[in-house]
Amino acid sequence: MIWEVTSRLSSLPDFMFPSLSQVLQTLYTGIVSGQIMTAILTSMSRLLIGFTIATVLGLFLGYLIWRSKLVEDTLGFLITALQSIPSIVWFPLAIIWFGLNDFSILFIVTIGATWTMTINATSGFKNVPRLYQQVAKTLGSGGFHFLRTVIMPASVPQLIAGLRIAWAFSWRALMAGELLGGGGGLGYLLEMGRSLGQMDLVISVMLIIGVIGTIMDNLVFLRLERSVQKKWGIS
Amino acid sequence: MYLTIDGIVKSFPHKEKGHVKVLDNISLDVEKGQFVSIVGPSGCGKSTLLYLIAGLEKADQGEIRIAGKVVTDPGPDRVVVFQQDGLFPWLTVLDNVTYGLRLKGLSKKQAEDKAREMLKMVHLSNFIDAYPHQLSGGMKQRVAIARALVMEPAILLMDEPFAALDEQTRMVLHNELLEIWQKTKVTIFFVTHNIREAVLLSEKIVVFETRPGRIKEIHSSTTMKDGIMPNDITFHLEKQILASLQGEIEKVLKEEMGDDYIFKTNPLHRDSSGDMGSHI
Repeated sequence: MIWEVTSRLSSLPDFMFPSLSQVLQTLYTGIVSGQIMTAILTSMSRLLIGFTIATVLGLFLGYLIWRSKLVEDTLGFLITALQSIPSIVWFPLAIIWFGLNDFSILFIVTIGATWTMTINATSGFKNVPRLYQQVAKTLGSGGFHFLRTVIMPASVPQLIAGLRIAWAFSWRALMAGELLGGGGGLGYLLEMGRSLGQMDLVISVMLIIGVIGTIMDNLVFLRLERSVQKKWGIS
Repeated sequence: MYLTIDGIVKSFPHKEKGHVKVLDNISLDVEKGQFVSIVGPSGCGKSTLLYLIAGLEKADQGEIRIAGKVVTDPGPDRVVVFQQDGLFPWLTVLDNVTYGLRLKGLSKKQAEDKAREMLKMVHLSNFIDAYPHQLSGGMKQRVAIARALVMEPAILLMDEPFAALDEQTRMVLHNELLEIWQKTKVTIFFVTHNIREAVLLSEKIVVFETRPGRIKEIHSSTTMKDGIMPNDITFHLEKQILASLQGEIEKVLKEEMGDDYIFKTNPLHRDSSGDMGSHI
């Protein structure tokens, strides 16, 4: 309501500050024409691939750091440093290495999520109570079985927290990459809206990003977290 | 001898003193099917000895043999019941109990049948599909005992298993443990700081002295196999052990509170619950 009224009363022209109804109309036509849907699909597929690679990589690196003190002092330190570099900073390098294509975007999406995932996985593995480890060992567990049945499940709460942050980080990296790199996707749509002076399109894309973020958080991560909490009796 | 502890020496690194010797030349024999308790003041190394038998720690000198085989690593023939239950919160009661059995290579069906039987023995048949957090402290400890017993270990190691429980639950579990012991004929190595508990449950009571941990004396109690109520004989034994521990308690207190501390020698130190030794 406030949005609609302020936009109609403001002295800014429509294309700079569109009203709600205008945005909704753009959104509707965009969805019907398929333009927005293809953009969502492109973005989501990049996001999912990058995020999955980052998760696997993060778990693996976390495992290495947890296993060995030497790796922790070297690689662990490096990763903490790398984490403080925003992933978009890698983009120029990625363009030189891989060219201005899908692969570059995928690269920064992965980079964006890997480090936090690694750090969360490490602390998750490290915080597995000694008691569980001793119990499992005296019952005859060891090696990969020990990892699969004790270390992984015992660090699940922390891993979920890590996944959640990693997801947010990869979103950010994805948008930045698509804005700069082109090649379709929601970020590209944003850039198009800017260059055509269509702020209604820009705001539509913002709305979509917000909606997808909320859906993922509520439907996937929150639900995952709740089911773990219920099972463990934490809440 | 079934379990042989032979000349064990163990020390831990210490910030100021470099090394602190916790166990000094411990030798002990336990027969198959025996219920042995270790009592002693806190910090005397009794839990360390249990961890050594379990294979969770390594001794500096000496060796531990079970039926002639030297202990090097943790293994399912020496299962531990810890002070905290240590149940996996992500598994149901049944899955917790079958965890070790599946590792032993039993099929899912076999493992579950065995686990059900054992859970029946500890009176938890109705909670098979519950998660650990839904159980009370005593029930969790029962599951932990079932999880250990179902492995049919050569020796059951118990590290103050009832210390975190309330008095009533502890009494009930004492009874159940004796019942299970008689039924399964398992060898039990029981560490406690509660003298009464040791006297009531076990056949052989090993009293430790502290800093460094050494065996001070060994008592045997043969009267308590069928009952749980204290009688004159156990009462007398309790008094005897407490008297011999008094010096040790003083040693600990002096170290913790300074040299001017003198332990008030009260021949029968009892608190309101009648639980002798919990003040150690």
